[in-house]
Amino acid sequence: MKRVALLGMPNTGKSTLFNRMTGGAARVGNWPGITVDLLSGKILLGSDMVEIIDLPGIYDLHGFSDDEQVVRHFLHDNVPDLALVILNATQIERQMSLLLQLKQLNMNIVVLLNMVDEAKKYGITIDSKKMTEMLGIPIFLLSGKYGTGYFEALQAITKALRYPTPGMAEQLRSQLEQDEHIESEMARVMKSAVQVPAQLPENLSDKLDRVMLHPWLGLPIFFGIMYLLFQGIFLLGQPLQEGMGAALDWLRESALDPALAGAPAWLSGLLLDGVYNGVATVAAFVPIIILFFLFMAIVEDSGYLSRAAFLMDALMAKMGLDGRGFVMLLMGFGCNVPALMGTRVMRSRSLRLLTMLVIPFSLCSARLQVFVFITAALFSPQAAPVVLFSLYLFSFAAAIVTALLFRKNFQNSEPFVLELPPYRFPTLQQMLMRGWLEVRHFLQRATKFIIAGVVLVWLLTNLPPSAAPASPDTLAGMIGSFLDPVFAPLGINEQLTIALIFGFVAKEIVIGSLAVIYGLGGDALGSALGQQLDWVQAYSFMLFTLIYTPCLSAVATLRSESKSMRYTLFALGWSLALAWLVSFVFYQGARALGF
Amino acid sequence: MNGTPLSALHPGDSATIVSIHAEEALHQRLLALGFRSGKQVELIRKAAFSGPLQVRVGTTDVMLRRGEATKIKVCKA
Repeated sequence: MKRVALLGMPNTGKSTLFNRMTGGAARVGNWPGITVDLLSGKILLGSDMVEIIDLPGIYDLHGFSDDEQVVRHFLHDNVPDLALVILNATQIERQMSLLLQLKQLNMNIVVLLNMVDEAKKYGITIDSKKMTEMLGIPIFLLSGKYGTGYFEALQAITKALRYPTPGMAEQLRSQLEQDEHIESEMARVMKSAVQVPAQLPENLSDKLDRVMLHPWLGLPIFFGIMYLLFQGIFLLGQPLQEGMGAALDWLRESALDPALAGAPAWLSGLLLDGVYNGVATVAAFVPIIILFFLFMAIVEDSGYLSRAAFLMDALMAKMGLDGRGFVMLLMGFGCNVPALMGTRVMRSRSLRLLTMLVIPFSLCSARLQVFVFITAALFSPQAAPVVLFSLYLFSFAAAIVTALLFRKNFQNSEPFVLELPPYRFPTLQQMLMRGWLEVRHFLQRATKFIIAGVVLVWLLTNLPPSAAPASPDTLAGMIGSFLDPVFAPLGINEQLTIALIFGFVAKEIVIGSLAVIYGLGGDALGSALGQQLDWVQAYSFMLFTLIYTPCLSAVATLRSESKSMRYTLFALGWSLALAWLVSFVFYQGARALGF
Repeated sequence: MNGTPLSALHPGDSATIVSIHAEEALHQRLLALGFRSGKQVELIRKAAFSGPLQVRVGTTDVMLRRGEATKIKVCKA
């Protein structure tokens, strides 16, 4: 099958065009020579199926960033039959260097000058016929947003694919070093084919920036937008999540329970409480991920995310992170899983890994449920809000301490120079496409891992078959008593330890598992806990719950996003160690002070 | 001519790039974004708390940290 590689600088609308060409039927593929995911899709062009590959946006073919290396390796090991080069027409005067670099590789090239509608507003005129003539490469004007010029471009691609691929020069690098030649060539083409006004007219972006990036107003506006975003995602998401849960419960009660009524108890338990609950755990994340990426598509594609980076950078740079990391950290307070996935906007791997190490400390809504229940049971109504607030402070502190401790290990080698693209409003189709692709990505990558984890915990809490579920006689109970010397210094008893094992799957089921362990529900459970524990023990338990692994889905996401089991185990191990340490210091300190 | 560092400009100032003294990775990125000697740049704004700078070069708006901006020497227009 013939291969078409999409190439271009960041902010050229490359991915939007890719989605349009493939109609969202893209899949993640593995390619020789590179380790990152690349999206590709197969489409029918003329009478042949053609595979289209979306390469990461790069500034420079011989740059040093992670993405630039990926593209170099890809082109070296998988020579495409056609390079479709997308250039931003408003920035043509500097983007042409990339085109000329590619041209030197002697590849089959078709150029699309995107965003001609915007260029027109700037007063930039481009003579594409003349440019085609001078460069000897077919060049088409395109407005990806409105779709004009799209069909002409497709025709040109089909036509270009009929010619055999010219061999690509072997000595890639040495060919690439001829900057001087590129500069003079660029000047020659620019001079006769492009006209850029000396002074750009003040546009909408400038006016918006004057408010959005205002020295005093910028930050309050930023926090206001973040607040609205958060409320938007999680207020809309919660009912959807509950609805999804209710639908799955209904399906279980009305269809699966009766169907498995005749089966042995262990089998129906394994299938329903193990496998089916695993599926339900995965499904519960679907609405939140879709909503998250719908809203993130607005924030990112509108150009506001790089503004957020601008505003927050002074603070975040000290922690070795950047402003975009702060946005993801905040979103983590709703749910860690999409926030971890959202770090993909950071193109430097070490920066991403550090941010992903920090996000799981965000006190997500599932953990909040546990804390609300326990504070209600053990603290007075006056003290409860203070207790909850203190847990949020611990959450921030754990994130900051982790970033400061490990920023040396995740040294970011990429220069921090970001484009601030003009404000654009993404089309609804772009937003929906993004939400859908991300959900599919999550389902493909995380489902098996999560279901396996849920089944494992079910087995631990139900084996051997003679023991009552979640009792001290089960494997989990044995682990609990085995771990007692580890958890006793934290004031966490065996029953709570079993609940922590459940909590590994999801924090939503911690209270439910306590209900099973104690054989009590609701208020009765609350008062039983109140009698058995004092506030120091309860707070120590909450600190541990806050800091150790958020949930199995977050672990699965860490693994699929980092593509490194070692990193995932490190993140897991560090959060467990920190949780133990903090709970230990708190519990022993409070006891030493006489509480 | 030595020139002043880009970071010393005030918002609204325009200047011409004299030279760029950056390590290779940063230099490449700056070149790709349109920073070359002889090019006009305009400092649009500086973020609060010694945050990054917003600089316009050609039709592109770029943010860069002050540390990086000191490596670009300019001559005020």
